[in-house]
Amino acid sequence: MLGYALDRLLTLVPTLLAASLLVFLFVRLIPGDPAAILLGDAATPEQVAALTRELGLDQPLWKQYFLWLGNILEGDFGTSIFFGKPVLAVIADSAETSILLAVTTMGWIVLIGVPIGILAAVRQGSWIDQATSGLAMLMASVPTFWLGLYFILVFAVGLGWFPSSGFPSITGEGGLLNLRYLVLPSLTLAAPNAALIIRLVRASMLDVSREDHVRTARAKGLHPLRVAIKHIFRNALIAVAGAFGFTFAALVSEAVVTETVFSLPGVGRLVVQSILRRDYPVIQGVILIVVVFYMFVNLLVDLAYARLDPRVSLK
Amino acid sequence: MALLEVRDLGLAIAAGGRLLPVVRGISFAVEENETLGIVGESGCGKSLTALAIMGLLEDTAIRITGGSIRFEGRELLTMAPAERRALMGNRMAIVFQEPMTSLNPVYRVGDQIVEVLRQHRDLSTSEARERTLRLLEMVQVPEPEQRVHSYPHQLSGGQRQRVMIAMAIACDPRLLIADEPTTALDVTVQKEILELLQDLQKRMGSAIVLISHDLGVIAETCDRVAVMYRGTIVEEATAGELFANVAHPYTRGLLASIPPADRDVEWLEAIPGRVPAVDQEIPGCAFHPRCPFVRDLCRTARPEGRDFAPGHSIRCHFPREWRT
Repeated sequence: MLGYALDRLLTLVPTLLAASLLVFLFVRLIPGDPAAILLGDAATPEQVAALTRELGLDQPLWKQYFLWLGNILEGDFGTSIFFGKPVLAVIADSAETSILLAVTTMGWIVLIGVPIGILAAVRQGSWIDQATSGLAMLMASVPTFWLGLYFILVFAVGLGWFPSSGFPSITGEGGLLNLRYLVLPSLTLAAPNAALIIRLVRASMLDVSREDHVRTARAKGLHPLRVAIKHIFRNALIAVAGAFGFTFAALVSEAVVTETVFSLPGVGRLVVQSILRRDYPVIQGVILIVVVFYMFVNLLVDLAYARLDPRVSLK
Repeated sequence: MALLEVRDLGLAIAAGGRLLPVVRGISFAVEENETLGIVGESGCGKSLTALAIMGLLEDTAIRITGGSIRFEGRELLTMAPAERRALMGNRMAIVFQEPMTSLNPVYRVGDQIVEVLRQHRDLSTSEARERTLRLLEMVQVPEPEQRVHSYPHQLSGGQRQRVMIAMAIACDPRLLIADEPTTALDVTVQKEILELLQDLQKRMGSAIVLISHDLGVIAETCDRVAVMYRGTIVEEATAGELFANVAHPYTRGLLASIPPADRDVEWLEAIPGRVPAVDQEIPGCAFHPRCPFVRDLCRTARPEGRDFAPGHSIRCHFPREWRT
């Protein structure tokens, strides 16, 4: 298993190279001049040209690319044009919010999606099944920005249960209690994904329940609930595990809207703002790290498959 | 009192708001220690009968439309689910046709046997493991100490079927239903499995209902044989009487389609036509469209069951017609 993981990490190298080139080129396709934006409307053409030279943006593209790539190999992702700080430091500032948001969101997805999905499958065709199916449809189709605003209106402004915006670090004053700032955003972000998991758990369980070995389990005289959890759900989990992985990885980009609605200092908002500022190094840095994150999650999913399904052998 | 007594059992498929009968009021009994063979073509209702006895028709499209199934004197069809589950895998057990798919792929085979033992017996995990090893020895799985840790996909078809049998006999069932237990296996393995079932029956003294489409398999193993055609038992007798004294044209057709072992034949006799679709209404005798000896009466009147000889019952207007 360790050998397989190392092999897989090696295959990441060419993928990462390709990704870095794409990221680099696409970012430069965004119209607009970073130096001009940084200096504002009042800047003279001479000032803009001077800054452009200072930032190295007057060099040929291939030179800029290799310079950037070479620095990354030394652990230097460049300096933010806007903040004037190292890109990694800028990302690190918003990483805490994003990681905690993703983890709490994932918690909701599992907590909401799995039990409701199991319930819907066990009670297939009943009113419970219909109700959960309707709920899932609603959760999937309500836009997150609307849901977020609605949550703020009801639970923050109306009932005053949770704060409506921002996120002070859990290392600062308030400690872990500051996680309450993430309750509404994570629920907002979880809703459409939990809907997907509800439907997926239900569908996979119904698939598995038609398999012969489930009949064997029933023939043993086991309680229907034990058959549902230990025999049906355990096999359905193999199909659902992949969805968990992709959902988790996709949360980073899905979080953009939610982070904006709740004014969270997360990575998603950092990307959007950096694009508006034409802060090339930050955009490139974030996207590259997100790519690595995606590939890492993929690897974890494959390793999880091998754990969940003894028929899968890792080679 | 018979161990298992099935009376007028009717089963139907619920399809598009209609109930299409698939088993039309069959009756039979199984005594302690006896092996009853149920034989018939695919779709004759023999496997559904097995599932009905085991209580495995829940959540399927099959409905029980009437009759009774009594086991050890107790009516199964009206029994509370929890009571019924206490019998399943315990007093009565089943071995299925498909050893490849009948075991849960994500659990070790040993654990799957332990599960049924702990469900019905008050055993600690280590006691259940110990008993599992002995069960695997009984069903002649080689190297049971290693095999208990195997996953189903690491075993051959024959070994998986042995594991299924070990699981079925784990709690010493009084009734063992074997639904085409050898159909999916190689011929050489088939014979071993059948011998194993017979051997286990001798040791445990339980009754076996062996379901097969293969009269050869039935002839080798069963004390008594019931021949099913389109949801009805058309002929029933002890194995010796049946093979010596075939009376129903359908049974004769089944026998004639077995290749003889002692000589080469160019052509095997086949039963003409095919099993009619479930939704097809057939007046008179259900077999008449395929019967080579059909007469007018067969097309209009459904034959009632009657004794052809002592202990040999039949549903046919003109039994042994081919002799006249």
